[in-house]
Amino acid sequence: MAFKEKWEELKSDIVKSQVWKAIFRHGYEDTPRNRVLMVTANVWLHLHPAKVRKHAVRMRFTWCMGGLTFLMYLVTVITGIYLMFYYRPVAEYAYADMKYLEFDMPFGMLMRNMHRWAAHAMVVFVWLHMFRVFLTGSYKPPREFNWLIGVLLLVLTLLLSFTGYLLPWDQLSIWAVTVGSNMARATPLLGHEGPFADFVGANPIYDARAFLFGGGEIGPHTLLRFYILHCIFIPLVASLLMAVHFWRIRRDGFSGPPL
Amino acid sequence: MAEDEKKKEEKGIWSRRDFFTRLGWGGFGIFAGFSLLGFIRSAFPRVLFQPPSTFKAGLPSDYAPGEVSEKYKQEQRVWIVREEQGMYAIFAKCTHLGCTPRWLPAENKFKCPCHGSGFFKDGLNFEGPAPRPLDRFKITVGEDGQLVVDKSKVFRMNPGVNPDEQYPDSILKA
Repeated sequence: MAFKEKWEELKSDIVKSQVWKAIFRHGYEDTPRNRVLMVTANVWLHLHPAKVRKHAVRMRFTWCMGGLTFLMYLVTVITGIYLMFYYRPVAEYAYADMKYLEFDMPFGMLMRNMHRWAAHAMVVFVWLHMFRVFLTGSYKPPREFNWLIGVLLLVLTLLLSFTGYLLPWDQLSIWAVTVGSNMARATPLLGHEGPFADFVGANPIYDARAFLFGGGEIGPHTLLRFYILHCIFIPLVASLLMAVHFWRIRRDGFSGPPL
Repeated sequence: MAEDEKKKEEKGIWSRRDFFTRLGWGGFGIFAGFSLLGFIRSAFPRVLFQPPSTFKAGLPSDYAPGEVSEKYKQEQRVWIVREEQGMYAIFAKCTHLGCTPRWLPAENKFKCPCHGSGFFKDGLNFEGPAPRPLDRFKITVGEDGQLVVDKSKVFRMNPGVNPDEQYPDSILKA
């Protein structure tokens, strides 16, 4: 009992201190108004709706797939940053660094495998999310613009996987990307083996594939290019689109009658 | 609205403000467009650290008429063939699954050791599983009189048609 009283005393001392008040301003009262304010006034939560109808978040209605995709994205971001500390995107070092961080770094193997499996899961979840949206007809007006952004995010997810595939810099990576980039060289007008290649003057070192590779074949340029696309460019664009995507979910409204 | 119309008629199509707005945004748009072009150009370095796509294959007189030369097969995977009507460079890669065929002078044909595809001297497939004739590369004569084979310019052969008829450009006329 004495302990509990001490605890309460300590708590009230902290809550009434100037530091606490400077940060949190006022106490939290569990009123409907405060609950709304908690969400709308918080920079991390303000994208969320302040209130949602209970049935709109039912598991069997949403499958949680959008949220799980985002969770997987966060996992890859955090583990990916860890991997970036030990990985040099240079042809001479990349493969050795991959081995090093996997076998010689404490928790390195865990981080690398988490990154890998979260990336795989993200691809699976994003497809299931799209499937669910299709089944529930959530692509229809007024949500058609969000469907469009979702398609872009799907493409970016696949591009993230594709660019990440090259980074271990082993035979599997190189040949997988060689095969994967065949599409780029067969693109009409833009690829040197596609239709109209002679008309626009595309050749192996000046076409869409060379734009990706930084040359006519996979080399050190390609590794660095894919690394930057994988770690900076695509995550940045994807994060911006995600912000719009989440914002639009709320703006476009949830199913059912208004609150 | 009617007043706006009247104003427009008095001042012509563009007011001073319209003009400067368009000038400003137009200038910005042109700047952004050229910046984008510059960015795209910068993705293609001027110097590449990779093997050149062309190689020199000696003088045309080094090759006897009717000869299939294997001189550059090991290094470049190319046969240089000289015929009466001209010369051509055949890519030594089977069109079935990509093995390197052999030239059999006694039988006057290319024969793939993997699955037995056979090709005539001009590259036309006549036996085995190969779906189409052997591809050719662009061959020209350089400034120093030597043959130049450009491996980035592939003449991809379609099935069933004689290679010489498909791509007359693939033959360097004697």
